[in-house]
Amino acid sequence: MAEPNHVAEPVSDPATPDAPRRPSAAAQMKPPSRTGDRVFLGFSSTVSVLMAVLVLVIFVFLVKAAIPALTDNDSNFFTTRTWSTDSSPLNFGIAALVWTTAISAIIALLIAVPLAIGVALFITQMAPKRLAGPVAFVVDLLAAVPSIIFGLWGSIVLGHFGFLNGVRSVLIAVLGWIPIFKETPSWSDVGGTIFLASIVLAIMILPIITATSRDVMEQTPRDQVEASLALGATRWEVIRMAVLPHSRSGIISGSMLGLGRALGETLAVTLILQQVSQMQLKRLFNPSIFTGGDTFASKIARDFPEALNDPKSLGALVASGLSLFVITFFVNAAARTIAERGVKR
Amino acid sequence: MTSTSTTSPAADAVEHELDLTRPSGSRTARNGCASAFMVFATLLAVIPLVWVLWSAISKGIGSLLSASWWTSAMDSADQAKWGALHAIVGTIEIGVITSVISIPIALLTAIYLVEYARGKKIARVISFAVDVLTGVPSIVAALFIFALVVTTLGGHQSAWAASLALVILMVPTVLRSTEEMLKLVPDSLREASFALGIPKWKTIVSVVLPTSISGIITGIVLGLARVMGETAPLIVLLQFNQYFTVNPNTPTFATLPTIISNAYTQGSADTPTVWGAALTLIILVMGLNIIAKAISRRYLRRMGK
Amino acid sequence: MAKRIEVKDLNIYYGGFHAVESVELTVEPRTVTAFIGPSGCGKSTVLRTLNRMHEVIPGAYCTGQVLLDGADLYGKGVDPVAVRRNVGMVFQRANPFPAMSIRDNVVAGLRLNGVKNHKALDEVAEKALRGANLWDEVKDRLDRSGASLSGGQQQRLCIARATAVEPEVLLMDEPCSALDPISTLAIEDLINELKEKFTVVIVTHNMQQAARVSDRTAFFNLKAQGEPGRLVEINATDKIFSNPTEKATEDYISGRFG
Repeated sequence: MAEPNHVAEPVSDPATPDAPRRPSAAAQMKPPSRTGDRVFLGFSSTVSVLMAVLVLVIFVFLVKAAIPALTDNDSNFFTTRTWSTDSSPLNFGIAALVWTTAISAIIALLIAVPLAIGVALFITQMAPKRLAGPVAFVVDLLAAVPSIIFGLWGSIVLGHFGFLNGVRSVLIAVLGWIPIFKETPSWSDVGGTIFLASIVLAIMILPIITATSRDVMEQTPRDQVEASLALGATRWEVIRMAVLPHSRSGIISGSMLGLGRALGETLAVTLILQQVSQMQLKRLFNPSIFTGGDTFASKIARDFPEALNDPKSLGALVASGLSLFVITFFVNAAARTIAERGVKR
Repeated sequence: MTSTSTTSPAADAVEHELDLTRPSGSRTARNGCASAFMVFATLLAVIPLVWVLWSAISKGIGSLLSASWWTSAMDSADQAKWGALHAIVGTIEIGVITSVISIPIALLTAIYLVEYARGKKIARVISFAVDVLTGVPSIVAALFIFALVVTTLGGHQSAWAASLALVILMVPTVLRSTEEMLKLVPDSLREASFALGIPKWKTIVSVVLPTSISGIITGIVLGLARVMGETAPLIVLLQFNQYFTVNPNTPTFATLPTIISNAYTQGSADTPTVWGAALTLIILVMGLNIIAKAISRRYLRRMGK
Repeated sequence: MAKRIEVKDLNIYYGGFHAVESVELTVEPRTVTAFIGPSGCGKSTVLRTLNRMHEVIPGAYCTGQVLLDGADLYGKGVDPVAVRRNVGMVFQRANPFPAMSIRDNVVAGLRLNGVKNHKALDEVAEKALRGANLWDEVKDRLDRSGASLSGGQQQRLCIARATAVEPEVLLMDEPCSALDPISTLAIEDLINELKEKFTVVIVTHNMQQAARVSDRTAFFNLKAQGEPGRLVEINATDKIFSNPTEKATEDYISGRFG
């Protein structure tokens, strides 16, 4: 169309003779212009590309801030358990942080995954529709509770809940020969321990795992369920034969997402865990969960106010933050890969 | 659920007769155990929520019921007259600043990914970057902003800086939910609009977005609820303030979560003020969640689901 | 308001796939031309090139010429948006905008292209709805959502929406395939009225429908699966259905394949 046909033709319309005879409304349309599209596309693509660049920028800035401290570090960053950044040369390492972060997240996962699968099965396979919706909403609300509230509640309320001390005693009595469950002197109850932090973390990641599992379970092919029912299967047999195999990769990827969140969780852990002195860290490695410690996140949150004005101390914290970033990146990447493989199947 | 005798061992005894009773004992028992576990897991999942709410209400309601809670800051010599007005205003202010920055970024990127770059290589690159951002721990986002604003640019702690860190956390969540909502809009609507000679950007703004608007708002409200309860960036990028201020450029700025974290550093956490702040924060965040739920329910009804 | 379409040596591709091969045809103004043929023969694809709608699919392109009263739709500097204002389209599934009222649906093309005069828009809405034989059914609920109408009403709403921007040509892509017989009849009656103002091209699977509504019929076919589709024959509808030139057309019409 060299000249778009917007000439004002008088409407002579045999179909509707009562129409007014004057230039049609269509003739008032603005001529098409590419400007709007160009501006809109330019804007949205620029913002999108900047988003992608931001990831690199974050990484570069963290590295840049960490380098001075790392070069001044007299100890091995990966194997040292103590953390001393008050005077040059620095002596710090993330070994203790890695252990506390990993063990608390893994125990949280061990508690949360079976429960989350149970809840998701309850919502999708068992509960009548009228009950399933509200239950799902309540579990989602659990995810909405800010983590600092869980920290407050965990340290003040749950930490003084006698039942957990009972569980602790039983675990020590039965499994105390395993180093992880070994009783530690001067930690006589669950208050401030990794064990307590793990339980609270489990509560916090339960909704994520439930939500992802629920989504995949709802998509179990109807015909597979019906085929099992037609064979005379009970509800549990339907779940075992049709629902669980179908949703396995979804459950795993949901669990990995939960793990990613547990690793990076800050305030809940900071408020619950009690620190272990540098003296104790220097002595023998104590893998027990019935003791305190610091995760990456809680270490940063706790030490930050003091490191504020000292670039070296700050750099040491940034270095540990960077390690956390890298670890969560790989955990989340694994979750995505598993989820995508599940979709392809 | 039961079927003919062929699946049941009991059939061997009674030949040629239909057995419509329950399946054999062990199968029923296993089914029962599984069902019991599901109910048990669900109850166990609901307990913490009820318990947390109960703790916050029973220990914090007293503070909320006094008028000074809503009208004054924590500047009085008499602790009984302390209020959280400054922190409530601060939390909402940071939420608003964060939203105002995050929403356009998230919407534009989602629009670009769904409407312009679908199936292209660049979409995969950006999508990957968004995935990485989604997994950034909040404390790491806070450290990044500190390294950028304070260490590199020579700025200082402020509510602006805290909001920027929260933007890093809010953008990916809003972006992902918006993306999902835009993908739900059928292509036939876009085609109908193009066929009317409506330019693409107008199609997006006037046809695609209005169709998915309540779903997008749901995502925004949920994202906002998440960042309002987020504390780690606030302790890194702000210092606590007992006094009332709305100036986002000062280093001392109060929020509800930092009332709690500050009390911890002072060593007195189990106080009515702390629990009052917790309860107020819960009301704020859960309120947003319930609003989001209501909006999304209306939306799903309209999309015929 | 109606224009002649000439298609010259049109080849259509989806990425590396050659979908349609050298189509030559002419559509006269104020006539109804039906495209028939088995599934996958490219008739809808050809239809979509007549207003450049195929370009919406990533990787699709075509070579050759489509002339609208002599102006090449694929010429240099031609804006597809301008093309589509002159060549409107109605789709297989009714697709009213769910976020708009019935009235806003009808005038969407005008409103979103900058027409602001409310009175003029109201008049256009009434005229287009009358033209689509829908006015009497919806005049009391113009502010209700378009989604509240029945399937047949929705499709007529879409026709009203397409005619409101006063295109020269109206393309219809199997407009009745999702409708019940009574709604189909209403649309067919409407097509007979529309040809007084528009050049109409309709793709249909239903040969009786082609025989009922069209003046000329084009038969498309594939040589074999995986080969590009091509135009076998275009002729007066009477001729196609009584005495087609090509053997393949006769086989298809008489139901021997397809």
